[in-house]
Amino acid sequence: MIKLFSLKQQKKDGEASQRTGNTKKASAAQLRITKDINELNLPKTCNTEFPDPDDLLSFKLIICPDEGFYKGGRFVFSFKVGPNYPHEPPKVKCETQVYHPNIDQQGNVCLNILREDWKPVLTINSIVYGLQYLFLEPNAEDPLNRDAAEVLTSNRRLFEQNVQKAIRGGYVGNVYFDRCLK
Amino acid sequence: MDETKESLQKRWTHLRKVLERPGPFSHPEFEPSPDILDFILSSCKLLIIGAGGLGCELLKDLAMMGFKHIHIIDMDVIDLSNLNRQFLFRHKDIGVSKAEVAAKYVNGRIQGCQVVPHYCTIQEKDEEFYRQFHVIVCGLDSIPARRWINGMVVSLLNYDDAGILDQSSIIPLVDGGTEGFKGNARVVLPGITACVECTLDLYPPQVTYPLCTIANTPRLPEHCIEYVKLVQWPKENPFGVALDGDDAQHLMWLHEKAVERASQFNIQGVTFRLVQGVVKNIIPAVASTNAVVAAVCATEVFKLATSCCTPLNNFMVFNDVDGIYTYTYEAERKENCIVCCNVPQMLSIEDPGKMKLSDIIEILCSDPKFQMKNPGLTTTINGSNKTLYIPTIEAIEKRTRENLNKTLQDLGLNDGQEIVVADITTPTSLIIKLTFKTVDIEMG
Repeated sequence: MIKLFSLKQQKKDGEASQRTGNTKKASAAQLRITKDINELNLPKTCNTEFPDPDDLLSFKLIICPDEGFYKGGRFVFSFKVGPNYPHEPPKVKCETQVYHPNIDQQGNVCLNILREDWKPVLTINSIVYGLQYLFLEPNAEDPLNRDAAEVLTSNRRLFEQNVQKAIRGGYVGNVYFDRCLK
Repeated sequence: MDETKESLQKRWTHLRKVLERPGPFSHPEFEPSPDILDFILSSCKLLIIGAGGLGCELLKDLAMMGFKHIHIIDMDVIDLSNLNRQFLFRHKDIGVSKAEVAAKYVNGRIQGCQVVPHYCTIQEKDEEFYRQFHVIVCGLDSIPARRWINGMVVSLLNYDDAGILDQSSIIPLVDGGTEGFKGNARVVLPGITACVECTLDLYPPQVTYPLCTIANTPRLPEHCIEYVKLVQWPKENPFGVALDGDDAQHLMWLHEKAVERASQFNIQGVTFRLVQGVVKNIIPAVASTNAVVAAVCATEVFKLATSCCTPLNNFMVFNDVDGIYTYTYEAERKENCIVCCNVPQMLSIEDPGKMKLSDIIEILCSDPKFQMKNPGLTTTINGSNKTLYIPTIEAIEKRTRENLNKTLQDLGLNDGQEIVVADITTPTSLIIKLTFKTVDIEMG
């Protein structure tokens, strides 16, 4: 048992001998993100950009799929890791306009591990693989872009053409997509 | 006033019964003494974090228990909706700092009490501030704030060269929490018992709904509100600013749009209160739960400050949703807790003016104690993060490569600097603390 009372009396006398550190200690989020970033194991289709290398909490992920519907495209995602990481997932937005059943025009991404299925054991790497998977296997069942999902289920050929049209830049239906060729 | 005289006042006879004689529940090593009461009355210094529902109760409880030197910190101002349970505040206080009003009220009401308010965030205070307290007690409503203060008390621990914890550097943390009719209280002895980070997965995750459900197949009124908040607001940005859950105009806009959306999907139940609740994540607060949890916390503070009884070991849950239920258990330390098991490893540096960053990395890889493969290093200087070197990410490697040839001095690394080191050979980041062998005192 700690006897705070007697110990503190001693402490009061010896207060000056305390080591005065004016350097703030790294936060738990910082400790964890350093680990996550140092161990990022990116697939060859992915790359990262850090606008400020001192700020590991905010960066971009660039995915250039080399197979599937989205081959040839270049898609940029922004990651914002909050102070409550890894208790809360990072905020991920798609900065490239993309014709995709699980990504809407505002860049919201419907990936379960980014919201309802996030767990602190998951890492930035898990999200990278999750996002890469979205491009290989777009999921029409729980869509964010309904039109794209309907086309994917009813006519895969047309879906493929729409995706390529959007990547090259142009209208799909009445939505205009900026060119995002690799 | 003479201290011994005060402790003889009739006001403290009940405390003297507990502190000046052993009892059936007192700790075997407890040494009853009149000095203990004097300590409570004259020198024990407490910090209460939060002056809300729990904070008001805590301040009242501790001040009436005899603690005189109490600091209270809260970043919030008083809102009309606080007045039903935050009993130190009155209608005229709306818009004024919670900490300041609470301190003023208690100082005026309880003789001899000297409550010092701090109207700011906990992050604005430094190590020196927190080090002055004997016990810190929290009545918080946020997990990030708990994690922050937990990290702070752990960082105040001192270890000697053999890695033995200096017990006088321990500042116990008593933490209370309530949610409706449920609550909990816990005691954290930093470096000894489980810390907040050890048990982080006890906190339930925030309620989130799958984005696709919100967008396409809403079934609940909450889904409609979330949709307006997450999709419509950023898209239409009606007021040209970020959404503010305290702004009535913003809430009215959300309410109007959420009602529209709900009617499209035939969903009932979007009310203004619900909008407020979803946007601000409000859980109804129950005054009686706060009172119970604060009383438990205040008792623990008393036990810790006086050593008269064994403190709670170490987690109590309270639930009076249906009858009354309490349960106490010992939360265990997490073996590789990123905060409290991460005892900084000392690395002694001969000459910081000659030692380069690459030399440090060389030591981390070759020293049998570390044997790292490809370490990445970051640190915190004056509160901001700095990446020293990360070899594995091309984008960062390129821009931090030049640091390798810089000396520790050039990099701004001082004696006692803590460096975060991540490497595949360890399950979590390590903290390396630089200790300089030659410290030039003259140069300041």
